[in-house]
Amino acid sequence: MIEIRIHGRGGQGSVVASKILADAAFRDGMYVQSFPQYGVERRGAPVTAFNRMGSPDEIFVRSQIYEPDHVVVLDPTLLLTVDVLKGLKKGGWVIINSPRDPEDFYKDFNFPRDYKVATVDASDIAVKWGLGSKTQPIVNTAILGALSKVTGIVTLESLKEAIRENAPVKKEENVNAAVEAYESVKMVQEVS
Amino acid sequence: MSFKKVTTGNHAVSYAVWSSRVQIISAYPITPQTQIVELLSEIVAEGKLQAKFITVESEHSAMAACIGASATGARAFTATSAQGLALMHEMLHWAAGARLPIVMANVNRAMAPPWSVWTDQNDSLAQLVTGWMQIYNESNQEVYDSVIIGYKVAEQVHLPLMTVLDAFILSHTSEPVEIHTQEEVDEYLPPYDPGEYYTIKTEDPRGYGLLTMPSDYYEFRYKVQRAHERAIEVFKKEFKNFEEVFGRKHWFFEEFMMDDADYVIVTSGSLSSDVKYAVAKLRKEKGLKIGVLKMRVVRPYPFEEVRKVLGDRKKIAVIDRNIGFGYHGVFYEELKSALYPLEKRPPVFGYIIGIGGRDVTPADIEDIIDDMLKRDEMTEIIWKGVRL
Repeated sequence: MIEIRIHGRGGQGSVVASKILADAAFRDGMYVQSFPQYGVERRGAPVTAFNRMGSPDEIFVRSQIYEPDHVVVLDPTLLLTVDVLKGLKKGGWVIINSPRDPEDFYKDFNFPRDYKVATVDASDIAVKWGLGSKTQPIVNTAILGALSKVTGIVTLESLKEAIRENAPVKKEENVNAAVEAYESVKMVQEVS
Repeated sequence: MSFKKVTTGNHAVSYAVWSSRVQIISAYPITPQTQIVELLSEIVAEGKLQAKFITVESEHSAMAACIGASATGARAFTATSAQGLALMHEMLHWAAGARLPIVMANVNRAMAPPWSVWTDQNDSLAQLVTGWMQIYNESNQEVYDSVIIGYKVAEQVHLPLMTVLDAFILSHTSEPVEIHTQEEVDEYLPPYDPGEYYTIKTEDPRGYGLLTMPSDYYEFRYKVQRAHERAIEVFKKEFKNFEEVFGRKHWFFEEFMMDDADYVIVTSGSLSSDVKYAVAKLRKEKGLKIGVLKMRVVRPYPFEEVRKVLGDRKKIAVIDRNIGFGYHGVFYEELKSALYPLEKRPPVFGYIIGIGGRDVTPADIEDIIDDMLKRDEMTEIIWKGVRL
């Protein structure tokens, strides 16, 4: 069982990202579950979504995820207010939408070396493909491209299909954003 | 060919309603139900379902519209939640008393005040005596199937049926659901034939629901109860038919690891997944002979079937995500009552948990199991995790 927690802000597409990830993993043969943290969503407010992916023989519990294997952060300013590392398992990836280098997060945000950081400039990629606006880019599909590359949990092919199925508009632009993020994500060198 | 789609509990309802060829949909939006009728309104607007979508000013009117439609022989559907269901209350009695096989999806949401949009079962359980049949669901697949089985049973016994799914934990959770083709659903569910006595025909005017004297009213109520009793047999037949067409088993309850279980946890709804996880873990780690009985159909109540599987156990714990104020958890009281006629009956312990959407984890369930194992005497209500 792989458990993932997605942090974003209302309007960035965190819940849709979670759904697309589930769809992609299902296409790769896994049993899946995707759900938002049940709140009353507002634009700009912190939003959390969860994914469970595993074998169809496993029992999928329905509680929230307290100890995720990996974490995805759609807006780096969330690091200032939300403990995105809370409960994260050792060796887990933190995939952040940021133009900065992964190393910066160990230095500037005191991330323990227990965690592996990957960064991708998903906002820039989203704007380039016309997803959302410059002030409010919709970064969900781009960040999933990065997740596919970094974790290998879902294949890029399945991700593309899941995006085409679930993106309400601009399907190919969303696919292109995911591919570009897949190719440009920066990963920290392996932890010693 | 059927296909599997990763979808929410809400949309699983919409797809099942679409395939059931519902003719009238009337609803008023309420969180967390709204997505059900939102998708249906799109399906109707696009001409994919030959139905009339009636927008109304309240849930009371939504049920009234379904009642009118069903009385003319149309297959009717609505969906609601919590305060919306409470506002329908008067019309729920009407639908059942008029013997109309309306199917409704209720998304279990806690009642206000204080205001909440999260799950517990008090909204639907408050309607147990209205004459509606009720099915509770653990997964989105069960939700989907329950709508189709629901119409099939409801239309044979002339009773309305409510299928119940947990707010957010099912309604907004995406997971794989097998969606069937129109041909497959048609094979199982023929068009609604209300028969001679249940249809309003302008060429044959009759009175419906008029003032009925004490000399006759009593028998109307007896017949509603008889219809519920008959529904037990109809459910059995239709569960079997459903399995033949769709390949999935359903029953009044699901038995999980029950074969040699000395101890049984009885529960319902989405909570059951966490209970199953904890039970499987304790079996594996401690060799504890424990199983789960997940209640599905609670109206009509399957007395005989429940007695058959629970009579010969050492201890039973019932976990309720509801509270019948001044009494106890509703599933707990009903189960105790069902077991009472048995000569040898196990002690039953009642736990309350997860009210108002408080998250429930497998660790919470393990605590409950530990607690049950230590207890000998049946005791008062036990609140798990309440802050004092």
